[in-house]
Amino acid sequence: MAFMSKSDRPSDRDEKVSANKLHATQYIVVLVLAVLAAGMWRLQILGVDSYRVLAEANRVRKEPVRAPRGKIFDRDGRILVDNYPSVSCYLLREQSKDLQADIPLIARGLDLPVEQIEATLRRYASSPKYVSIPLKLDITQDEQAFIEAHRNELPELETFDEQRRLYPRDGFAAHLIGYVGELSAEDLNSSKYDFYQPGDVVGKSGVEETYDEVLRGTDGSRDVVVDSHGKEVGQLGQQLAVPGKDLRLTIDLDVQRAAELAMQGHNGALVAMDPHTGEILAMVSRPTYDPNQFSVRLTKDYWSQIVNDPDHPMMNKAIQAQDAPGSTFKIIMSLAGLQEGVAQDMRVMCNGGGTFYGRFFACDKHHGMVDIEHGIEWSCDTFYYTLAEKLGIDTIAKYATAVGLSQKTGIDLPDEATGTMPSTAWKLKTQHEKWYAGETISVGIGQGSVQVTPLQLARALGGIASGGVLKRPHVVFPDELPPDMLPAIQSTFPGSGDRVIPITPENWETITDAMAAVTVTGTAAASHLEGIDFAGKTGTAQLVSHSIGGNNLLTGNARANAWFVGMAPRRNPDIVVAVLTEHGGWGAEAAAPLAAQVINAFVTKQRQREGNLLRVIEASKPAVSPVPGPSGVPTASATPAARPGAASAPAVKQP
Amino acid sequence: MQRFSSFRDFDWMLMGLVSLMSVLSVLEIKSATLHTRFHDFDHKQIAFLLAGLLLMLLIAQIDYHRLLDIAPWVYAIGLLLLVAVRLVGTKVSGGRRWINLGGGIHFQPSEWVKLALILVMARFFWGLAGRQPGWMDIAKVFTLIGVPMALVLIQPDLGTALTYFPILVAGLFLGGIRLRQVIVLLLGLILLVGGAWMSGKRLKPYQMARLTSFIDPGSDPRGAGYQILQSKIAVGSGGLWGKGTNQGTQTQGDFLPIPYTDFIFAAFCEEHGFVGGVGVLLLYFLILMRLIENAQQASDLPGAFLVIGVVAVLLFQIVVNIGMVVGLMPVTGIPLPLMSYGGSSILFTFLALGIVMNVRMRRFVN
Repeated sequence: MAFMSKSDRPSDRDEKVSANKLHATQYIVVLVLAVLAAGMWRLQILGVDSYRVLAEANRVRKEPVRAPRGKIFDRDGRILVDNYPSVSCYLLREQSKDLQADIPLIARGLDLPVEQIEATLRRYASSPKYVSIPLKLDITQDEQAFIEAHRNELPELETFDEQRRLYPRDGFAAHLIGYVGELSAEDLNSSKYDFYQPGDVVGKSGVEETYDEVLRGTDGSRDVVVDSHGKEVGQLGQQLAVPGKDLRLTIDLDVQRAAELAMQGHNGALVAMDPHTGEILAMVSRPTYDPNQFSVRLTKDYWSQIVNDPDHPMMNKAIQAQDAPGSTFKIIMSLAGLQEGVAQDMRVMCNGGGTFYGRFFACDKHHGMVDIEHGIEWSCDTFYYTLAEKLGIDTIAKYATAVGLSQKTGIDLPDEATGTMPSTAWKLKTQHEKWYAGETISVGIGQGSVQVTPLQLARALGGIASGGVLKRPHVVFPDELPPDMLPAIQSTFPGSGDRVIPITPENWETITDAMAAVTVTGTAAASHLEGIDFAGKTGTAQLVSHSIGGNNLLTGNARANAWFVGMAPRRNPDIVVAVLTEHGGWGAEAAAPLAAQVINAFVTKQRQREGNLLRVIEASKPAVSPVPGPSGVPTASATPAARPGAASAPAVKQP
Repeated sequence: MQRFSSFRDFDWMLMGLVSLMSVLSVLEIKSATLHTRFHDFDHKQIAFLLAGLLLMLLIAQIDYHRLLDIAPWVYAIGLLLLVAVRLVGTKVSGGRRWINLGGGIHFQPSEWVKLALILVMARFFWGLAGRQPGWMDIAKVFTLIGVPMALVLIQPDLGTALTYFPILVAGLFLGGIRLRQVIVLLLGLILLVGGAWMSGKRLKPYQMARLTSFIDPGSDPRGAGYQILQSKIAVGSGGLWGKGTNQGTQTQGDFLPIPYTDFIFAAFCEEHGFVGGVGVLLLYFLILMRLIENAQQASDLPGAFLVIGVVAVLLFQIVVNIGMVVGLMPVTGIPLPLMSYGGSSILFTFLALGIVMNVRMRRFVN
C-alpha cells in the first residue's frame, strides 16, 4: 500500500501530511459507507417483503372471538341454560422473557398452585409458541386487577372476555343438559372432533354434546394491533362471531321440577315421556353434580369426589342404569301371555310360591286363586312363574324385544345403554351354553338376566298402553332442527325408533285396566291419586339371587331396587313415568309415590292450562284419544277408540 | 505560530452539513419518543446541540497548538476521571460509566477521554518530528491508548473502549508505520483476541451473549439477538421509501429497542426508507470528506493528526453503529454521532468538530 512506501517519508518532513495517505483515507470512507449502503440494500430492497411480514406479525395479533353458545329453553320457552360474561386469563408464551422465573408470581397473583401451572405448560409444550394457553378461567376482579397492575413484569398474561355457561343450580336436570368443557389433546385424537381445534369449548355430555353443532355457533376473530408488551393499541379488522342457535327442549320445567323434588334424597332415576310423540317431559338422575363446576374451574377435589362416589353421580341413570326390572316386567309377560292366548283363562293357586323343575320359587304373599287381572293388580309371582313356564324363554324374549328391550331406544342423548333380554340364542352366543328351562321361571318376574333402563321401561309401557305404537324418545323437537341434522342425529343414535306392534284391543284393555287397579286396590294403592286416571305397576328387584321372590329385601347395597312405571290416563296416556330407586326396597313404598307426584303435577298443569276445572271428572275417565289403533287390527270396530265399552268404562275399576 | 483568525475562515460548509444532520436527529428523536415517557427528549437534544455549538465555537477560539501544549494535562485529568468513575460512579444496568453531577446531569468521562486521546496522539507524533516510529515509539503509543482503554473495559463498556482503537490506528497510519510492523502487530492482536476468546471469562456474560447472539440471533429471542432481529425488521420493512414520519410500526410499537439512541438509525430507516437512509450516509460522506479536506489544508502535521483522529473516531462509530443496525455487526452500544440522543455523545462530537474548525481557521501559515 502507498502509505507504507519509502517515497512517503520526504513529504513527512515537510510538516504536511502526505496526500496519498489522505486519499487512502478517502477511499476507506467510501468503501466503508458503500458496505453499509449494501447492508441497507440487502434489508430494504431485497428483503423488504419478508421483513414487512415479520413487522406485521410483530404488531398484529389474531385474537379469537368466541361465539356465544345458544341458550337452552324448556318446551314453554322458559330458560334452562343461559350465558354470562366472564373474564379469563390466558398465557402468551412468546411475550415472556423468562417464564420459569415468573411462575411463582403468577401462581400467587392468580391463586393457582405452581404445580398446576407447570402441568398446564407441559400440556402445551408441543404446541406452537403463539398459541395462547388458558391459565385460569372466570377470574375474579382481584385477579384482573393483579394482571393489570403487572402488565410490565408479566407481559405474558392476557385477559379475554368470554361468555360462560350458566346452568341451573343444585344439579337440576344436569344429566339431561350435560356440560361443556375445553377439548384436550386426547379428545382431538378422536374422529368425533375432526373439525375442532385445541382449546375449543365443546359440549361433553347430554344435550350439550348431542346438539353441540347447533349450540356452538362459529367463532370469529379480531386483528389487534399490539405493542411490544402485548398491550392492545388498536384494531385492524374483525370477523364477527356467529352466535349459536337457541335450542328448545321437550322438557317441561314444571314436570321436571316435580321430578327433581320427588327424587330428592333418593338414588336412581326418573323419566317422564309423552308416549304420543316420544317427547321426554322430565329426566332426573340421582345423585347429581354441578355442571357449573365443569364449565369453569373444576377443582381436583370436586373431580375426585365425583369420580370416587360409589353412587356414580356422573351417570345418567335414566338411560344408562341397567337393572333387573322386577315385577314391572310382568306387564310385558302379560302382553306375551294374552297375545299368545295362554293367559286369558289361566288360573293359578298361590300358596306363597310354587315348585318348578324341582325347585321352590317364593311369592311374597299367599294370594289364593289368581287370574291375569289380579296377577297384575297384586303382582303375584306364582302366577307369572307359571306363565313363564308355559310360554318358554324365546316367546317371552320375542315380546320383550318387540317392545324395545335389549336395544337402544335411539334417544338423542349420548351413551345410552342397551340392556339385556335373555333367550336361548342369547345364552348360546354370550355364554356358549344351552338355556335351561328352569332359568325361565325367574325371568317371569323380571329377574335372572333381564336388564332394562328406566327409559326402555317407560317407552315399552307407553307403547303397550298406546295400543302398540312405540315412539323414538327425544329431548329436542325434530322439526325445529336444521333440515340436514335430523338424519344425522338418527344415524348417530341408532335404536328401535318408531315402530308399531300388533296388540289385540281386548288384551290392551285387560292390561291397562288391571294397571289402573294397581293404584286403587293393588300394590300401589297407597299412591292413589283421587280424580286422576293413574295406572301403573310396581317392581321390587332383588339383587341377591337366593332371596328372589321372597320377602327378604336385605339392606344396604344388597337391598332390592324399587321400581314403578305409571301413566295417566290408563289408555293412550299423555304421560308415562318410570322410576328406579336404587336399594329403595319395595317398589310400592320407594318408587310409586314418586311417580304419583310427577303425574299429579303433570295432570294439574294440563288442567290449569285447559282452564276448565269442570272437566276434572271427565278427565278422570279412561281417555279415548284419537290415536290410531294398532296395526294388524283388521276391523274399525275392533279399534280401541271405537269401542263403546272402552269409552264408557268406569274411571275406577271397583273390585 | 499564533495568527489572527476570523469567522471568515470558519468552515460554513461543514457547519451546514452538521446542522442538517442535527435537524434530522431531533426530528427522528421526536418521532421515536412520541408515545413514550421520553417524549421531551427532542427538546433536551436541542439543548445539547446548542450547548455543543457553543463549546465548538469556544474551542475553535483557542489555538490548537495551545491545546496540544496542555494535552498531557488533559490526558492525566481524563485518567483521573476514569479512576473516579470506578469509585463514585453511578451504576446503571451492570456498568459503572457515569458520574452524577447533580441536577439530573450525568457526566460520562469515557467520552471526554476520546478527546484527550486525539490530542495526546497528535502531540506524540508531533514530537517525533517526522521520524518513522520505531518499536519503542509504538510501545509508547499502545501504552497511551491501552491504559484508558483498560479502565473503560472494566467499567465495563466494551463499545466505548473500542472507539479508542481507531485513534491509535489513525496515528500509526499517519505517523508512517512500516508494513513489517503492521504484520507483527496484527499477529499479536490475533493471538491476544484468540486467547481472550478461548478463556471466555474475560467477557461479561452480557458481552458473551452479545457476541454469540450475533452469530446466532435465534438463540435468545429477548436478548441481544432480539434487538438485532427487531432492528433488521425495522430497517427491512421500511423498504425503498419508508413508512413515513411517526408511522414506523417497529419504532412506535416499542419493538425496536432504544430507538432514540443506539438504534436511531433503524428508526430512521423504517420511517424514511432506503432513500432516507442513503441520504444520511451521503451526509456522513460529505462531512467526512470535508474533514479530510481540512486535514489536507492543515498548516502543519499535528493539525492534520488532530483532524484525522476525529475522522477515525467518527467513521468507526458510524460503521459500528450502522453495521449493528443492519445486522452486519454485533450489538456494542456505541451511539451514532450527530444522530443518537445523549449529552456526552453530542458534546464530544461538537468539541471534536470544534478542534477541526480550529485547525482550519489556522490553515494559512504566516
